[in-house]
Amino acid sequence: MDLNTVIQILDSAVRLMTPLLLACLAGLYSERAGVFDIGLEGKMLMAAFSAAAVAALTGNVWLGLMAGLLGSLMLSAIHGLASITFRGNQLISGVAMNFLASGLTVLLGQKIFGLGGRTPTLTPGAELEAQVTPFRIWLSGITGPDAAGWLTATPRLSDITLPLAETLRPVPVIGPLYAEVISGHSILVYVAFLMVPLTWWVLYRTRFGLRLRAVGENPASVDTAGVSVTRLRFAAVAIAGLLCGLAGAYLATGLSAGFVKEMTAGRGFIALAALIFAKWRPWGALGATFLFGLLEAVANRYPNLDLGIVTVPSMFMNALPYILTVIILAGFVGRAIPPRAGGEPYVKER
Amino acid sequence: MDTMPKWADVILTPLISLVLAMAISALVILAIGESPVVALTTMIDGALGSSYGWGFTLYYATNFIFTGLAVMVAYHASLFNIGGEGQAAMGGLGVALVLLYLPLPHWALALPAAMIGAAAFGAAWALVPAWLQAKRGSHIVITTIMFNFIAAAALNYVLVNLLRPVGSMDPASGRFPESTHLPKLSDMALALGFEWGRNTPVNISFFVAVIACILVWLLIWRSRLGFEIRAFGKSEPAALYAGINPVRITVIAMLISGGLAGLMAINSVMGEAERLVLNAVEGAGFIGIAVALMGRNHPLGIVLAALLFGFLYQGGGELALWTSIPRELIIVIQALVILFTGALDNMVRMPLERIFLAMRNRGS
Repeated sequence: MDLNTVIQILDSAVRLMTPLLLACLAGLYSERAGVFDIGLEGKMLMAAFSAAAVAALTGNVWLGLMAGLLGSLMLSAIHGLASITFRGNQLISGVAMNFLASGLTVLLGQKIFGLGGRTPTLTPGAELEAQVTPFRIWLSGITGPDAAGWLTATPRLSDITLPLAETLRPVPVIGPLYAEVISGHSILVYVAFLMVPLTWWVLYRTRFGLRLRAVGENPASVDTAGVSVTRLRFAAVAIAGLLCGLAGAYLATGLSAGFVKEMTAGRGFIALAALIFAKWRPWGALGATFLFGLLEAVANRYPNLDLGIVTVPSMFMNALPYILTVIILAGFVGRAIPPRAGGEPYVKER
Repeated sequence: MDTMPKWADVILTPLISLVLAMAISALVILAIGESPVVALTTMIDGALGSSYGWGFTLYYATNFIFTGLAVMVAYHASLFNIGGEGQAAMGGLGVALVLLYLPLPHWALALPAAMIGAAAFGAAWALVPAWLQAKRGSHIVITTIMFNFIAAAALNYVLVNLLRPVGSMDPASGRFPESTHLPKLSDMALALGFEWGRNTPVNISFFVAVIACILVWLLIWRSRLGFEIRAFGKSEPAALYAGINPVRITVIAMLISGGLAGLMAINSVMGEAERLVLNAVEGAGFIGIAVALMGRNHPLGIVLAALLFGFLYQGGGELALWTSIPRELIIVIQALVILFTGALDNMVRMPLERIFLAMRNRGS
């Protein structure tokens, strides 16, 4: 394996870990507040569809992003209603959210685009033009044709080249590493990475974060202190919705160009696994999702990894995140202890 | 806590939840520009209007009875087994190994052998999550989810690299020997002298499923083990105080649950496909959750709920065939049923309790 290959794999790992990281942090907020969320998968899927659909209809990826956030938030609201307001079973509600997203995305996609559940490809071409044209005509009535053309010309997230990337490229090792692995990703990748220190700061250095953690460990104490458990948990669930929205939008408009049926393909569950791996901590989430992203990148690159003595089949690489999580859960390698009040609805004393 | 009479708790609440789920499904159909009435009549015609439709409805229902019972047994021990999908997939592998490698001259011998294979593999797949829950306190929901994915990967590997016949491109095992094919209900009808459900996959496993319901009922409500399972599910400290071993109950309940999920394979793998294909379970493991919730974790309720979902499945297929509504409508309905009967239970229950309380106060 030469340096070029390593760089390509790392670059691919960074792209693949981004949706995992965002979803993992989403789960972190929710579960730290005591609301289990196995509906990460569904929220991501809903966001991916909404983002790709609106981006395809308007030719504007930022409107798509907004739609993605809304789509995911809608499911968060239902999850919150079921598990906080009506004190229902959070796991069952999560299962329902996953199915709801899985069915609704295909149903709506077929209704709007008639392409068997996928959205048009978000690359310039006849298929996309046909979708965007009505919106562009409508928009030019308001803004004039030039502005309308400009506003509808970015259906996909574009990659950002960081400053000095080309200047530094000749520097050995560090140059290509910077130019390929660190630079040249879409904005949401950088947002995802910034979310890690931000989440750490919010959780451990703000009053909101202290209360959020407390409500996941001992909601009664927070209630006694005169802070609303309901409101805190809803806030956490909403943040989870927003982060899943970003994850889904990145999946459909950054990582790939458009939505296809079931495109999350278990990523929500890998994020859940990463959350356990990270022991519900933000920096751990970064490490765990990088590991899982790297596994996926290697599996994509080498379908059958030849290690000299044994050949590792790609199925094993794909299953490895789940196997590792089970081992971690078993507590043989560093025990993972979930928030104490996780999964239990809070009943206020009367 | 007895604010409501038993019939209201057992029948009225799930019925209202179902009506709510169906009402919202109708709104969804309206939203995609189709007519709910046409959709419903198409489904009823396609699933219940002919013996052909019934044949498929009962075939699907058989799958869902097994997975529903699996969820139910675990639920009574207060364990949420979300791994029916993986356990049923492994059950399929058990069936395939038994039928491909044991020389079985007749289906009457092959059926019990395959049942043992299916139940053993399904139970084995539930064993590790059960043991981890009991001994190490790792959450069973998470481990069973992980095991679903591991099962999918393992099965993929086994089919592609080990069981695939030479020269075949399909990730599927070879066909099972002719002698092991299960009698279909249509064959039995012909033997009795009338024609019913020609070319439908419903087979003798349907009766196995019904017997399983009775056995599970006996187990949960008429046996010592069942009492221990329920006691443990209701209150772990109380069960502990009564001398019930939590590790034993957790593991046994999950083994039974996994075995029941695995048994689904005698219907789908042995009875219908007659070979092991990738994704033979087709989501039936997850539907088991909806079926158990809808059926209030009682075998009788599970049979009814399984019939309902069998109807939805067969009807959904007909919808996709005759109208422009995609099959995925069924997944939405399934989600809504799980949501209303499972997670939003209190939303229906609390106002009902208030009504009954008010009625009783006025009465006294």
